[in-house]
Amino acid sequence: MSSSLRRIGRFSAISSSINGKGGRCLGGLSTANEELKSGQESGGTKPINLFSAVNQALHIALDTDPRAYVFGEDVGFGGVFRCTTGLADRFGKRRVFNTPLCEQGIVGFAIGLAAMGNRAIAEIQFADYIFPAFDQIVNEAAKFRYRSGNQFNCGGLTIRAPYGAVGHGGHYHSQSPEAFFCHVPGIKVVIPRSPQQAKGLLLSSIRDPNPVVFFEPKWLYRLAVEEVPEKDYMLPLSEAEVIREGSDITLVGWGAQLSIMEQACVEAEKDGISCELIDLKTLIPWDKETVEASVNKTGRLLVSHEAPVTSGFGAEIAASIVERCFLRLEAPVSRVCGLDTPFPLVFEPFYLPTKNKILDAIKSTVNY
Amino acid sequence: MHLICHYIHEPLYMFSPITHTHTQHKHLVSNLFWKRFFPMSICRLARSRTITRFLKTKICPFEIHERLITPNYSFFHACSSYKTLAGNFTRKPHELWDKTANILAFRRFESARAGEQAEAVSYTDDDEDENQSIDFPGGRVTFTPQIKFISESTDKRVPCYRVLDDDGYPFAGSRSEQVDKETALKMYKSMVTLQIMDHIFYEAQRQGRISFYMTSMGEEAINIATAAALSPDDIILPQYREPGILLWRGFTIEEFANQLFGTKNDAGKGRQMPVHYGSKKHNFVTVSSPIATQLPQAAGIAYSLKMDNKEACAVAFTGDGGTSEGDFHAGLNFAAVMEAPVLFICRNNGWAISTPISDQFRSDGVVVKGQAYGIRSIRIDGNDTLAVYSAIRAAREMVIREQKPILVEALTYRVGHHSTSDDSTKYRPLNEIEYWKTARNPLGRYRKWVQRNGWWTDEEETELRGSIRKQVMNAIQVADKTEKPSLKELFTDVYDRLPLNLHEQEKSLRETIKRHEQDFPADVPL
Repeated sequence: MSSSLRRIGRFSAISSSINGKGGRCLGGLSTANEELKSGQESGGTKPINLFSAVNQALHIALDTDPRAYVFGEDVGFGGVFRCTTGLADRFGKRRVFNTPLCEQGIVGFAIGLAAMGNRAIAEIQFADYIFPAFDQIVNEAAKFRYRSGNQFNCGGLTIRAPYGAVGHGGHYHSQSPEAFFCHVPGIKVVIPRSPQQAKGLLLSSIRDPNPVVFFEPKWLYRLAVEEVPEKDYMLPLSEAEVIREGSDITLVGWGAQLSIMEQACVEAEKDGISCELIDLKTLIPWDKETVEASVNKTGRLLVSHEAPVTSGFGAEIAASIVERCFLRLEAPVSRVCGLDTPFPLVFEPFYLPTKNKILDAIKSTVNY
Repeated sequence: MHLICHYIHEPLYMFSPITHTHTQHKHLVSNLFWKRFFPMSICRLARSRTITRFLKTKICPFEIHERLITPNYSFFHACSSYKTLAGNFTRKPHELWDKTANILAFRRFESARAGEQAEAVSYTDDDEDENQSIDFPGGRVTFTPQIKFISESTDKRVPCYRVLDDDGYPFAGSRSEQVDKETALKMYKSMVTLQIMDHIFYEAQRQGRISFYMTSMGEEAINIATAAALSPDDIILPQYREPGILLWRGFTIEEFANQLFGTKNDAGKGRQMPVHYGSKKHNFVTVSSPIATQLPQAAGIAYSLKMDNKEACAVAFTGDGGTSEGDFHAGLNFAAVMEAPVLFICRNNGWAISTPISDQFRSDGVVVKGQAYGIRSIRIDGNDTLAVYSAIRAAREMVIREQKPILVEALTYRVGHHSTSDDSTKYRPLNEIEYWKTARNPLGRYRKWVQRNGWWTDEEETELRGSIRKQVMNAIQVADKTEKPSLKELFTDVYDRLPLNLHEQEKSLRETIKRHEQDFPADVPL
């Protein structure tokens, strides 16, 4: 059950993440995904980083659907994170274009475009800047289908935004605002953990008939390299994945945080603690069954995310699992998350839910 | 046009010697100006260290006016030939003009390309001199030696287009579309229908039969004449005071009543407050309460129409209050930049609930806001049915032909309260309401014109009003007795399919209902 997750994590070197065996890279971790397996078995994979995986997905999305559009601030020249490289050249400036610097305009425009039966793939340059578009997402996109009695919908809408810590981002280039959007019926929230996942989940999000907010772990854009099938493949939404099996405690997370959690699992194993690690992937509507089944097996739960602990999505998971697994739980649910402060620059290593914070929590939960 | 072409091939600018047309005063002012602002601006312009250093050491700000030649910089590009230029320049400043013109002829950067609009407005300054300008992204900008601010307003307010005067006589010199008898009467009858619907539905709310209502009283002309001037393919993004468009397009009185009562026949499945109409069949996007959110969406819808080469546009409504929202800015700017065929119509009715326009903005209304976005705009008399019809026809034609947005400001008045939750006599004088209700009533004025044409009689009026009243009353009675949408519709359409959490919640709710049936309305079928 060895995993390459820790090697694509934010504290490790890129080169070590390529094991040279193509499909075996994450093969043991993604047994649930037939699509991925067949892609790997057919051998058409290449080691690429996360922004390239996103880029591949966008190429495929535009290529396979003439009604797909990609736009946002600085998207035309390839984007500040290079995710849209080559798209404008290949598909033309009418389908791939810059927008004015106005998030509410980007999302409002995208809703209108999607309402006409198009796939509107909008980029918000940083998740930290998504808030001017909050009204459009919460009051418009999320309710577009419901309020019209299914006469209209903007299901072709996908909003991509890089989120999370990056080592030097300070207040406004580091935040993880997923919990705000998890409180909004009508949208889906998806966060990938790796290049392979990013490509498959992004294609699913784009093709899903509901508006999706897709947060990309910006720390992994360049750092995470993984064998990614070159073909067009999709990974299912609202399906969590057990990426490391264990028997003593269940750890649930998403996005870049999983690599930190993976490192903690490896450390814990040295102390004889067997950890099960679950990637939630889709935060709403989320896969309670997978988490419930795991906790029923291990009897313990730890949730970890970069966002502040109070009212973070971890609270929702903890509450739901306590409801479902109360008699099976052998310790309180543990949350190892960001602190309840604005995301700090110099203090980032103190703020973040680090490997050892998680390791300590694993131990105290197991020894409760 | 010739001038513009000339400039495109002549990308060399100079701060020419002070010409004899300048007064001593101007000289002083301009020297002062350059002394203060020039060193900074040239540093921003010139990325080349060489030229920056050169300019700082060799040219004192006072002399710049007389001697400086600055090449055609884009802010964003560096150039390798500055050294040479600078060398030439120090030796033969005046001879250099022609030479550099040739050397630099190619240096019209792509990013400095002017939009059509920008070129057209580049030469408006009185003191323009073709040698005193800068090639700036968006088009050439002339320099002026004066500290001259653009006025916050024009001397006269932007005039308002009208066709009929208050008595329904043709307004002198007005040009308008010919309206045939059939269209004219259909417009009139629709306006009357809207007015009667408003009266009766409003009363129904007062009697507690529906929870809420908003009238369009006083704005019947904008509602109906706009609808008549558009094509049914044009996609409407309403605010909430535009039910007349639906009416014109064939949404029946029964359909209105079903929405207001939230019956099982409401296309919106009883989920929204009254007056939040929507009809896919009629290209009328469902109303949402937040103000102005539909404006950027209109740009997206219009962009799609453009990509599909459709002979149609998006038509987005807002009120005067809506123009203060960020989404107004976003919508207009996106439509302009994307060259999306959107017809923005602002119903400036003077009041945003209790806030008068004097507390809303300091500009000359809304019409003047278009130009800053590069959007053609017009102000019209919103209570003049023929003016609305003609102006909207012309605007729509332009929007589709030129594939660009247009902004229409229709001056009108909200004769009714904001909604049934509002009593507008608390914040505005009764005689003001009365004046607009009577002297400036859009129906009265238009009826005079229709009757003067011999197309309508008092008897027909009485008959029409009686018949519509009966229809509306009947629709209310039927809708009142119609059952509500079934409980399952509470959970559907959140997503395309029911997710697991909603399955569970529905199951749990149904169990609760079994235990506490008395807690829940009886007219919702389980």
